[in-house]
Amino acid sequence: MDINTIRTSITVLAMIAFLGIVAWAWSSGRRADFDAASRLPLDEDDPSHDAPRENKQ
Amino acid sequence: MNDTQYNYKVVRQFAVMTVIWGIVGMLVGVIIAAQLAWPALNFDIPFLTYGRLRPLHTNAVIFAFGGSALFATSYYAVQRTCHTRLFGGPLAAFTFWGWQLIIVLAAVTLPLGFTTGKEYAELEWPIDILIAVVWVSYAIVFFGTLATRKVKHIYVANWFFGAFILTVALLHIVNSIESPAGFLKSYSAYAGVQDAMVQWWYGHNAVGFFLTAGFLGMMYYFVPKQAGRPVYSYRLSIVHFWALIFTYMWAGPHHLHYTALPDWAQSLGMVFSLILLAPSWGGMINGIMTLSGAWHKLRTDPILKFLIVSLSFYGMSTFEGPMMSIKTVNALSHYTDWTVGHVHSGALGWVAMISVGSLYYLIPRLFGRSEMYSVKAITLHFWTTTIGIVLYIASMWIAGVMQGLMWRAVNDDGTLTYTFVESVKATYPYYVIRLTGGVLVLSGMFVMLWNVVKTIGAGKAVEATIPAVSAGSGFDAPAHAH
Repeated sequence: MDINTIRTSITVLAMIAFLGIVAWAWSSGRRADFDAASRLPLDEDDPSHDAPRENKQ
Repeated sequence: MNDTQYNYKVVRQFAVMTVIWGIVGMLVGVIIAAQLAWPALNFDIPFLTYGRLRPLHTNAVIFAFGGSALFATSYYAVQRTCHTRLFGGPLAAFTFWGWQLIIVLAAVTLPLGFTTGKEYAELEWPIDILIAVVWVSYAIVFFGTLATRKVKHIYVANWFFGAFILTVALLHIVNSIESPAGFLKSYSAYAGVQDAMVQWWYGHNAVGFFLTAGFLGMMYYFVPKQAGRPVYSYRLSIVHFWALIFTYMWAGPHHLHYTALPDWAQSLGMVFSLILLAPSWGGMINGIMTLSGAWHKLRTDPILKFLIVSLSFYGMSTFEGPMMSIKTVNALSHYTDWTVGHVHSGALGWVAMISVGSLYYLIPRLFGRSEMYSVKAITLHFWTTTIGIVLYIASMWIAGVMQGLMWRAVNDDGTLTYTFVESVKATYPYYVIRLTGGVLVLSGMFVMLWNVVKTIGAGKAVEATIPAVSAGSGFDAPAHAH
């Protein structure tokens, strides 16, 4: 097979894969999972647990 | 080893060294900026000459300062979003000491003139091998932590950190394939235009993955944390990630416009660089809009100022980059100080400011404090940095465009209007303004060092307990307002 056929196919496949990712990301079924994932950094008590907090305000 | 606590020690070590290496790297930058204005400042001492110190500056700010910041923030974020201690036990400590050893070796060999001559990959082969070993260890610690996570999802920041770690391993190993010819001398495995293309495939993706993807990971963790709200659009962050991954790899040829590189490869590099604007701005918008509904916080919180202004610089430099990759624009800008201005708008505006903002969030938490010793000093640091960067990039824009115009100016009879040295002479005042900007940025780092020392002195090193309750898709405890 001509090497350029392979190169062209890879480019087209990569484009299809990317469009697939976009469609997947925007599908309504993902919303709950994404909401849960986006809370991951926030749903934890982040300040220094083992030391008393000072509230200067 | 205590498995009920996060590994904060290695985060602390890298966080403190980020500040130290930031000062060292920027100090060398200030010295060579002064040498450009007043060349006699090299005192005719070989290891103080511009050619030896310039790679020391770039290596120190990118790999020592930026690298330490990335190690610190990625180790912190990956543990806390995976609810598990760093994987690999002593391997994390090995990455710290290994990385510091590499930095020290670079600081010794580069001024002594040992170099491969490859930009941003100057270090000679024994150090290259050490980098590969430390980097693979880093990958084992990071991906091992992801693999042993106690939550269902892999938070988006970890995707960016992971891509950065994987790609830098690939770039470093492929670009550094070389044949040793003595203890500190080697020859690249590639020759001619292939060597140039491999080098700029490496060089551009070092920008794309070391200086962009890694720091985007930082953004996706620390901007939501400091703003107290989740990222603006999680689905946009996924598309942002994959669009960057699919595109960045092919943009390298724009460093080789009008060279021996085949014309089609140059055009391909230009087209992919133009496409890059979309994911770059998608990410910037996602970061800035995370503050939507909480804009008032920007007025009083200097850490948020650092983070949000860094995203503005990211947006500016990722607009400027694609524009400069257009061949006709590049014909004017290439080899001028415009490039230097562009790099620093990204490196100081984006990379340094997001790192500094993240560290101001991180350091008090690593030392049992709720905030830095002096919030006013953070504000002072913010303004010295911002004004310094604006002076720096504005002077380099003007100098660069002027140089480009002078070099291409021709008389009616076809001879050049200006000699090269006339353009150097005309640049002199801009070199002095640039130096002023650099001194401002460096002085801000000293303010930071003082603030960090005071914060550490007032606090004590703490370890944080890993939350015990862990539901399938997150963490059950209610979010704490603070």
